[in-house]
Amino acid sequence: MQNNVGQNSGVDLMSLPDEHGHFGPYGGIFAAETLMGPLEELRQAYETHLKDPAFIKALDHDLKHFVGRPSPLYHAERWSQQVGGAQIYLKREDLNHTGAHKVNNTVGQALLAKAMGKPRVIAETGAGQHGVATATVAARFGLECVVYMGAEDIKRQAINVYRMKLLGATVVPVESGSKTLKDALNEAMRDWVTNIDHTFYIIGTVAGPHPYPVMVRDFQSIIGREAREQIQEQTGRLPDALVACVGGGSNAMGLFYPFLNDKSVKLYGVEAAGDGLETGRHAAPLCKGRPGVLHGNRTYLMEDENGQIIETHSVSAGLDYPGVGPEHAWLKDCGAAEYVAITDDEALNAFHTLTRIEGIMPALESSHALAYGAKLAATMDQDKSIIINLSGRGDKDIHTVAALEGITV
Amino acid sequence: MSRIKSCFDELRTDGRKALVPYVTAGDPSPGVTVPLMHEMVKAGADIIELGVPFSDPMADGSVIQKASERALKHNVSLKDVLVMVQRFREVDDKTPVVLMGYLNPIEVMGVETFAKAAGRAGVDGVLTVDLPPEEADELLVALQGQQCDPIFLLSPTTNEARVSKICAAASGFVYYVAVKGITGAGNLDVAAVEEKVAQIRRQTDLPVGVGFGIKDAASAAAVSKIADAVIVGSALVRKVEESDGQSDRLISDISGLLGEMRQAMDE
Repeated sequence: MQNNVGQNSGVDLMSLPDEHGHFGPYGGIFAAETLMGPLEELRQAYETHLKDPAFIKALDHDLKHFVGRPSPLYHAERWSQQVGGAQIYLKREDLNHTGAHKVNNTVGQALLAKAMGKPRVIAETGAGQHGVATATVAARFGLECVVYMGAEDIKRQAINVYRMKLLGATVVPVESGSKTLKDALNEAMRDWVTNIDHTFYIIGTVAGPHPYPVMVRDFQSIIGREAREQIQEQTGRLPDALVACVGGGSNAMGLFYPFLNDKSVKLYGVEAAGDGLETGRHAAPLCKGRPGVLHGNRTYLMEDENGQIIETHSVSAGLDYPGVGPEHAWLKDCGAAEYVAITDDEALNAFHTLTRIEGIMPALESSHALAYGAKLAATMDQDKSIIINLSGRGDKDIHTVAALEGITV
Repeated sequence: MSRIKSCFDELRTDGRKALVPYVTAGDPSPGVTVPLMHEMVKAGADIIELGVPFSDPMADGSVIQKASERALKHNVSLKDVLVMVQRFREVDDKTPVVLMGYLNPIEVMGVETFAKAAGRAGVDGVLTVDLPPEEADELLVALQGQQCDPIFLLSPTTNEARVSKICAAASGFVYYVAVKGITGAGNLDVAAVEEKVAQIRRQTDLPVGVGFGIKDAASAAAVSKIADAVIVGSALVRKVEESDGQSDRLISDISGLLGEMRQAMDE
């Protein structure tokens, strides 16, 4: 479906979703009846507290003093020179407390949990970054914390599992289905429906039933608000393009949102092509999937001909998800953003390049954005600029990288 | 008139309550399902709820989730489930069959195509766990004219305004989820259920079924005193799991448990 109401039509893309959580045909609430009341309660609480100056003050305070915001916008001069095209700026979300953008959202949702009087928080996690960010704020605010994580991911991300345990969280291995992020989300949803009275579910991405996609986007859009000011301070104008990796899509939505009505700024979301889009072993629902309903919302999915969700593949656990946030589905259909994919090998190359050229070790998720950003920059003039969201740091991935190179750390 | 309405009318005349077993279609293998459905009717089932396997059954506990996984090992699709209902109908034209599952397989088939195929196969009701009435317009329209009732869930967290909205969209019966949680979880608080069912009855004349947490003859009997239908799922599916793929054993185990429930309910 091409609606042609994108950045060029004058439609206010920043006004979505509608009151039922719809982004065009996507989003909405597709949840079991037991969750309908609690989701409505959450929506009301979110909307009320977002207008409460005391809540905003507490949020701003923690973003500054606990997370360490604003995060820098760094001009990667050596890398830009090597690429030989547009000037590349990196939004340094890797410098946040806990090492990724995830904490922007968990601070917000934990404050909301406290405001709603919920003493227990739960979360799903893939790479472990959202789990760590949730366990961290749970420790900070004195909340009980349970994190669901696919048994496969637990093997891939042992350091983050231990980190969560040190922070006092209980990590529950999920053995069902493909034992990855989607199954962890199913299990967290089951916990929530069972413990609804005293539990707040902190979803880590811009997916799930309304109001999660809008709430997570709002908490993450601090990334784009800062970047929009910082790039103008440094270059005197808006960037020509934004590039971010997309699993569920929260770091991308956070960067994109404040620029949605800036017609001159091109938006690129980078999915995981895994072994290659043509192999079928990837995690690129926007590039290769089709619309369906999963985890509470309508969006693009990776599914078989019978509507069963299929297993995804990516070297990066954080992108290994068969769905994507509904707002991305909408931005794709209306042509407001372009979605592309980067293979495991290309991402690994970018990981090494940035580490050696700029002394910054990126997360494998972010490496997908870096790989595409370099390709894009190379096609642009040197007086152009692009912002790549460096959504997380790569320390958690060094075992994966070492293993791929046959090295035991 | 749909088979579901006739069924409840007849039960009311007889002063009995409906026993509604749930099994997942194609669990543990596709060949078992139709014979099992017939045996459940013989053991006292009034309506059969047939689960459509889905890869991500978010509202189900581990028992029914594993049933889906066993069926999906045989690639049991929504299309296959409709064929099973059609084959059941060749012998039994009376017992209502309700499909219970998730929206995505229906969306992939196409809502209208599905509704027509379900009507043709002899499906009497469709319960889509992750489709609240707010998002259900397309399916509701498609099911009209197929003599196929849209069945919706009500839960302990459903407030009065929603109860009335949901009952307005539903036909056949409404399904009250007796515990906050997933299938196969929790213990039944009969007094709390009774209070909520009374509240639902003030808002609708539709029969009220109660499910979740009914494990044995005693709980079935207790619920039958307050509801029009007693819905049993995980307790039966657990028998499938325990049978280790032996179809004779699972059919006799499930029939045995249903027989005990029937007897306790009718006493």
